[in-house]
Amino acid sequence: MIDNLFNWIDDRLAISRGGRHLLNKIFPDHWSFMLGEIALYSFIVLLLTGIFLTLYFVPSESSIVYHGAYLPIDGQHVSQAFASTLDITFSVRGGLLIRQMHHWAANIFIGSAVVHLLRIFFTGGFRRPREVNWIVGANLLILGIFNGFLGYSLPDDLVSGTGIRIAFSILESVPFAGSYLATFLFGGNFPGNGAIIPRFFIIQVLILPLAILGLLSAHLGMLVRHKHTQFKTPGAREDNVVGTPLWPTFMTKTLAFFFLTTGITVLLGAVAQINPIWQYGQYYPWKVSYAVQPDWYMGWLDGALRVMPSWEIHLPGHMIPNVFFPAVLLPGITFTVLMMYPFIEERLTGNVAEHHLLDRPRDRPVRTAFGCAVFAFYFVLFGASATDVLANYLNLSLNFVLWTFRILCIVVPIVVFPVAYKICKELEGVPEGGKRKVHNLIVRDPAGGYSTIPAEEYPGYESIELEPVDVEKVESLTAAAAAKNGDGRTEGVYEIPREYR
Amino acid sequence: MSDEQGPPVAPERDAEGLVSPDSPQFQVAAKHPQRVERTTAVLFLASLVGFVGFGIAYTQNGSTQWLGLTIGLGMLAFGFAMAAWGKFLMPRGPFEEPRAPMATTKEEKEAFVSDFATRGKVAVERRSFLVKLMGAAAAILGIVAAFPLIRSLGPLPGKSFYKTAWRKGSYLTTIDNRRVKVGDVEVGGVLTVFPESDVGGAISQTILVRPQTTAIVTKPGRESWAPQGYIAFSKVCTHAGCPVGLYEEQVQQLLCPCHQSLFDIYAGAEPIFGPAPRPLAQLPLFIDSSGYLRAQAGYDEPVGPGFWERGGTT
Ligand code: HEM
Ligand code: FES
Repeated sequence: MIDNLFNWIDDRLAISRGGRHLLNKIFPDHWSFMLGEIALYSFIVLLLTGIFLTLYFVPSESSIVYHGAYLPIDGQHVSQAFASTLDITFSVRGGLLIRQMHHWAANIFIGSAVVHLLRIFFTGGFRRPREVNWIVGANLLILGIFNGFLGYSLPDDLVSGTGIRIAFSILESVPFAGSYLATFLFGGNFPGNGAIIPRFFIIQVLILPLAILGLLSAHLGMLVRHKHTQFKTPGAREDNVVGTPLWPTFMTKTLAFFFLTTGITVLLGAVAQINPIWQYGQYYPWKVSYAVQPDWYMGWLDGALRVMPSWEIHLPGHMIPNVFFPAVLLPGITFTVLMMYPFIEERLTGNVAEHHLLDRPRDRPVRTAFGCAVFAFYFVLFGASATDVLANYLNLSLNFVLWTFRILCIVVPIVVFPVAYKICKELEGVPEGGKRKVHNLIVRDPAGGYSTIPAEEYPGYESIELEPVDVEKVESLTAAAAAKNGDGRTEGVYEIPREYR
Repeated sequence: MSDEQGPPVAPERDAEGLVSPDSPQFQVAAKHPQRVERTTAVLFLASLVGFVGFGIAYTQNGSTQWLGLTIGLGMLAFGFAMAAWGKFLMPRGPFEEPRAPMATTKEEKEAFVSDFATRGKVAVERRSFLVKLMGAAAAILGIVAAFPLIRSLGPLPGKSFYKTAWRKGSYLTTIDNRRVKVGDVEVGGVLTVFPESDVGGAISQTILVRPQTTAIVTKPGRESWAPQGYIAFSKVCTHAGCPVGLYEEQVQQLLCPCHQSLFDIYAGAEPIFGPAPRPLAQLPLFIDSSGYLRAQAGYDEPVGPGFWERGGTT
């Protein structure tokens, strides 16, 4: 049956021509390569849960009298967007689970993309020939952040409405075009003519996801074209890739990973409350929400808005508003430098050769120190988004906390750079650093003396290193086995040896 | 330590130099595969139980927690089972595949470029006029196609950033359409008000406070603006537009909750802390003969955050 079906399809699509090569694609075994996979799988979770939500969400700002399952606001005027989100939460079976999963998945998606970026950065995975893929990745991150922001803006609750208000002001602050951009997008001065939620909706559920899918295909397509980078493990060279083949080992592992990522997202959605909009209430432009933070990936922007001194630039007849600097210029510079980084480094080091072997971060102390300092800067900004919460919690004056963060923004990167540099240099001197060690056991003998002995092997592992086997050779081996069997069967390859059966 | 491990172990090869399937590289990673198989089976079983549990929880209209815990733990068990399978019951490897440099050779490039150029030449040679015309038409198409895409979205900003709905004589009106009268706000009180024509308006929203019972003069020229201690400012923050909704009576300041800008009421809502760059606009008030609070005029400056055309006025 299956054979016939396969033959039928293969005779029409020639899958076996070239397909065999794909089965052999080698994936390096390092854990850090899973970070991109987490991002990929949480994106899939986003798509699946998001489709579910679109079936119930009503993207409209028009007001209705609420008579839903959430009794505390029974009879009040709320927008359809808000009411339908409450319906998903309280009336659709499994709706709250899916809603919370969706929100968690968004946070995991962007979080894992950032950590993935850091791993590529610190190991030099962006170097030639992967500069373009680095740029594609950076754009994925930007689109992911936009999509996340638009997503949590949709329910029209008090917190998200405040975020939209700030977004309007940020657009408005752009020199030359700002007032036009803002009124075009919103359909008038804030809050516009009721267009913004429907527009955010279509951008959030269709346009950006399509763009992300497109970029993702390019990202992974280039990955196949380039083949993976790899660490300098035994047997790894610039002209090969060492690891596990796609079929069946990597397939099994990555499927496992899909289920683990999804499973964790489900558990978070089940037990960790996120974005309880019924507690925030409907958005009204004059209502205040106190001490609410945006989702974490917007935190650095919120922090930047807070620590920015109250300057703006006045020109004859024109001005550059305050928010332009932290909310347009800073992200503009951030993402431009991010995308240009591979070329900046090429220019500075003069190293324009192809690199498929990854650096250990310590072996590139300047890059590592620079990366740490920059990351620390954004981390401080992120912390600054909680100035009010910290002041409350630590019982300090807001003034003190704000000035502390203003100073930290400058001081922390300056301190981090030399410290990171020094640590790299120290580690560089340790010859065995970074290699897998044989574990030691400390044992106590009956007389009370202590001694160390090598621990038993990690279950299933032997400490001996094996030399990699060329998959192409495995192909010839398959052929040899087939020849030996005389009838095309390929037994004897990839077989579990008999004594283990 | 790793020095003692010796060099990597090469795969076994037969007489023709082919790798033998008996090489350690082809053996499963687990030392005790039966144990791993057993664990994996238990995990798959657990996932099965979880998934069935989800079905039951769903039909019983179970809580979010039940729904999530059953299917979530089921997925985790499934994932761990697959992971154990992939990690311990598969050939140990490592395997390798060759990789060629990405950069193409000079010959490859030249062949491509010359093909491209010679064929292209046939197409466009001595037709540069056509090429130019085609380019011009396409460019104009690109520009005009953007018109509906952008221009149809919304109205031009026009005067919308300069004007609120406040006019000479507007009554101060609460969100539930009540006109505010003297005595409605005690000392230390605060109220959000709108002009009658724009109740609930995001741009016209105004905060009325009453720090004292006698007139307040915040700036020269504003002597009559805050009769009997009633004083009103635009509620739209000059930083990023949040409603400046918190009135701190002891210090007579207004606080914006978004980025904690503080405005000093007695100084005409000058920003004294945080990122806000400009004072909140002050609405000139008067009390009419029937005791209603009304606006002497609209705001004398654009309210809210800055924008390019706003000019350099403070
Ligand atoms: C937003 C979602 C993203 C997804 C779903 C994603 C997915 C992946 C996956 C699955 C891989 C292969 C495995 C790995 O190395 O982890 C990969 C590789 C890569 N990614 Fe991403 N990525 C994303 C964002 C980014 C970002 C933000 C950057 C950097 C700015 C980036 C740069 C790269 C590069 C240069 C490679 C090739 C590295 C190598 O071959 O080792 N990616 N990506
Ligand atoms: S919006 Fe008021 S301080 Fe930022």
